[in-house]
Amino acid sequence: MLGKLTWGAIPFDQPIPLFAGAFVIVVVIAVLAFITIKGWIPYLWSEWVTSVDHKRIGVMYITLGMVMLLRGFIDAIMMRSQQAIAFQSQGYLPPEHYNQIFSAHGTIMIFFVAMPLVIGFMNFVVPLQLGVRDVAFPTLNSVSFWLNATGALLVNISLVVGEFARTGWLPFPPLSELTYSPGVGVDYYLWAIQISGVGTLMTGVNFVTTILKIHAPGMTYMRMPVFTWTALASNLLIVAAFPVLTATLAMLTLDRYLGFHFFTNEAGGNLMMFMNLIWVWGHPEVYILILPAFGVYSEVVATFSRKSLFGYRSMVLATLTICVISFMVWLHHFFTMGAGATVNAVFGIASMVIAVPTGVKIYNWLFTMYGGRIVYATPMLWTIGFMVTFVIGGLTGVLVAVPPADFMLHNSLFLVAHFHNVIIGGVVFAMFAAYTYWFPKAFGFRLHEGWGKAAFWCWFFGFYLAFVPLYVTGLMGMTRRMQHYDVPEWRPWLLVAALGAAVVLAGIFCQVAQLVVSIRDREKLRDLTGDPWMGRTLEWSTSSPPPAFNFAVLPQVESLDDYWRSARLAESGKGPTAEPDYQPIEMPRNSPTGFICAFFATFAGFAMIWQIWWLVIVSLLGAFATFVVFAWRDRTEYEIPAAEVARIDRENRRARGEALATAEALS
Amino acid sequence: MTAFQAGADYGEGRREESYGHGRAAAHLDHSDPVSKRIIVGYGFWIFLLSDIVMFSAFFATYAVLSGETAGGPSGKDLFDLHNVAIETACLLLSSFTCGLAAIGARAHQNLMYYGGMAATCVLGLGFLAIEIHEFVGMIEQGAGPQRSAFLSAFFTLVGCHGVHVTLGILWLLTMIAQVFAKGYRADILRRVLCFALFWHTLDIIWVAIFTVVYLFGAGA
Amino acid sequence: MSSMDDYQPLRGGDHAPGDEPAGRHEIAEGLVGYLIGLGLAVLLTAVSFFIAGTSLVWHPSIPIALVVLAIAQIGVHLVFFLHITTGPDNVNNVLALAFGVLIVSLIIIGSLWIMYNLNQNMGPMLMPMG
Repeated sequence: MLGKLTWGAIPFDQPIPLFAGAFVIVVVIAVLAFITIKGWIPYLWSEWVTSVDHKRIGVMYITLGMVMLLRGFIDAIMMRSQQAIAFQSQGYLPPEHYNQIFSAHGTIMIFFVAMPLVIGFMNFVVPLQLGVRDVAFPTLNSVSFWLNATGALLVNISLVVGEFARTGWLPFPPLSELTYSPGVGVDYYLWAIQISGVGTLMTGVNFVTTILKIHAPGMTYMRMPVFTWTALASNLLIVAAFPVLTATLAMLTLDRYLGFHFFTNEAGGNLMMFMNLIWVWGHPEVYILILPAFGVYSEVVATFSRKSLFGYRSMVLATLTICVISFMVWLHHFFTMGAGATVNAVFGIASMVIAVPTGVKIYNWLFTMYGGRIVYATPMLWTIGFMVTFVIGGLTGVLVAVPPADFMLHNSLFLVAHFHNVIIGGVVFAMFAAYTYWFPKAFGFRLHEGWGKAAFWCWFFGFYLAFVPLYVTGLMGMTRRMQHYDVPEWRPWLLVAALGAAVVLAGIFCQVAQLVVSIRDREKLRDLTGDPWMGRTLEWSTSSPPPAFNFAVLPQVESLDDYWRSARLAESGKGPTAEPDYQPIEMPRNSPTGFICAFFATFAGFAMIWQIWWLVIVSLLGAFATFVVFAWRDRTEYEIPAAEVARIDRENRRARGEALATAEALS
Repeated sequence: MTAFQAGADYGEGRREESYGHGRAAAHLDHSDPVSKRIIVGYGFWIFLLSDIVMFSAFFATYAVLSGETAGGPSGKDLFDLHNVAIETACLLLSSFTCGLAAIGARAHQNLMYYGGMAATCVLGLGFLAIEIHEFVGMIEQGAGPQRSAFLSAFFTLVGCHGVHVTLGILWLLTMIAQVFAKGYRADILRRVLCFALFWHTLDIIWVAIFTVVYLFGAGA
Repeated sequence: MSSMDDYQPLRGGDHAPGDEPAGRHEIAEGLVGYLIGLGLAVLLTAVSFFIAGTSLVWHPSIPIALVVLAIAQIGVHLVFFLHITTGPDNVNNVLALAFGVLIVSLIIIGSLWIMYNLNQNMGPMLMPMG
């Protein structure tokens, strides 16, 4: 009746997951109770859960990512503390548990922190930068988000019901095959990632179509902001790479569920094919993350240097070059698997070549800053921190791209330090910069600067404290993922690393404090101009937050950095003075399709994991029915009358005008 | 004090004259449904390309594992090219009848549309019947997907295509029902366009399958 | 007045992939295109099946001939069934297709090359597999 599910699935005998799970359940119930008592459920349902507005969906993605960052970081604290303690001792985490922790840490950080954050910012910003009202397929956008949320939910359920995978964040066979992982852990991983992967692929299709086909009048490709270009490259990579992930995980699932022999040791299976295919996806995946991060830095550097970005065309070219080459380097993740010198050399050289367009970008940012009037606001601090940190990480990357060097360093802590160096220094810093930079646009008030700067310095120093020792221990020969060790030379370094994790934790406290303080003091931090930073791109021409329709009248774009041009014109009194001709606007209707699809997907995934077959069928039928009901809709849009558009726009213009006049009077 | 890069916008800029006129969006021809059709068609095209990439992962796996018969039967022992020829004929003809249905939809011609869709459905079901028969036969003689890596790869690649055909037929039936219930409405026609794209792509993938799996396999 | 209709296509007017050629609403013209495509595809298929089974063709060249015929037939499908042309209104469609072909080639050729080398470097098997 309930497949493999029994009461034994709940970890009554393991205090740590039991306590953690109970804590999470209590928090969730408390939050739900709070929301219900306050009467917010109807509002949340109609304005957020069923929203197909890219701005709302973007905010939900970022919220998901930030919350999962806390979970993933707790895993990190546990790993660091275990390694600090477990010198000639077993520490406090038994191996079966420790293995689940590092697997969950990596899985959560990549799939449920980095991806949602990046996709969330692309969601919020790209349509605004293009000067349009929404993405190509708004309801599909909602489905994408909720399927991602389903994946995150399944991973979190594994904490309390059953177990998680013990294979690392990529489930290499034969360890991940049924013989060596007979439990449900790998299955949780497989279904969570497959479901969220479908959502992500839909996002890729959505944004490639939007960016290539839907622009404001006059917005040619070479007038698009760099963040939009990097979003295009990233989404092209999503469309190209995620199907490979789907296929590879499907093959592993077939091995586990139906006894197929793709990657088994028997009957001709070839486990090396799994490595090959999973890294065909895995390498583009990291570029999916880093390219929009580079885009964020381009926007921030230009804005806070009060200068247009240096070398726009070379930036675009570098972005597209990285996009293509990123699909030609994947073997560098398994130099040591034995493909031989020729193959290793080709991929090693390609891996070094890809550093060149990245270098072009760094130089462009530096040249943008040179001669500019730099404002050291929090986003700019994150960007400068990135430049230093990412270059170091990139250099270590070029080092391990050399196959003979990699033979010594593969799967050591040196490698772990390298990829955290580039992911934290590159992606995470960008997400925090983007968070600070675009928060006022989303919510109408800025984040507290003081706490923001404190958070940055804690993260910056904490990162180096946590990871430079890992470079050292890696060079000393320490392997990754060790639950305990006996080598005394490593110990001091691991203690420093644990201290570093604590400093980063302080940084996270600063960020939580920043949010709380900012909400409390939001009137003091209010931005009524819509443009708190003197931005250059079109999103800053809207109010903060923008109205549902983004632009009352689509902007007529005449140049790159068009908002900068028109804002300076307006300042000098030479801008258009007549009110625009307001027309009624049709917007897509909200829809519960996304949420309901995800609801059924959650049950389908859970049922597949525990092999509750009747529930699988019911859930799949439910999802199909949802889709048919959606397809049968007759009314897909609602109209905002011209008078309403006019009223909203006039109010926004008035507020902006007053705020600018006040600012001028004060300066 | 303006700081925009004037140099960056030659080239594409000239094309604006065809639709720009420097006017606000308000004066557009709002009855123009072509733009939405293009957007939907392009989006679906991108999705299909992603589906083709997924198939290529299965193809690569098949190519790598095609020799791993683990002492069991190989393609030469199992494949019946007569059946493959009939399957190919069914699918190829169904692409043609799908094209007829697409023309019929665009021209709002009931006979062409419903006739074409019905024929496509019948041919698709014929294809599936032969394929299921083949699979069942192989399993019964002990050559199921659990026998060897080669067979796992074969069943997965060809089976994945078959699953796509099955979903396509479900979609086909839905499109017949939608036109019947709502007529040749613009959004329904967009879905017919997507369906046609999907169905033709399935035939393209079949060309690759019958070449690489069956013709190579039977000859080896 | 759909919000979608405010948007400007980047070129004079793009063509949806798979759509009937613009302006050609005559049924007969559309039909002819599909008939030609069907005819060519049938021909290419028949030749493929023939070559696979015959001893008239030099044996080692058969795989290459089959691949060439398959690519030709895929081209026939793309042109006659999917109406992908080289006109300026199809640029985005062709570029997307080219990108897809690039990725597919990298995956298949890359995997085959890598796996071949990996398999070559596997040591001698001590026990028979499976």
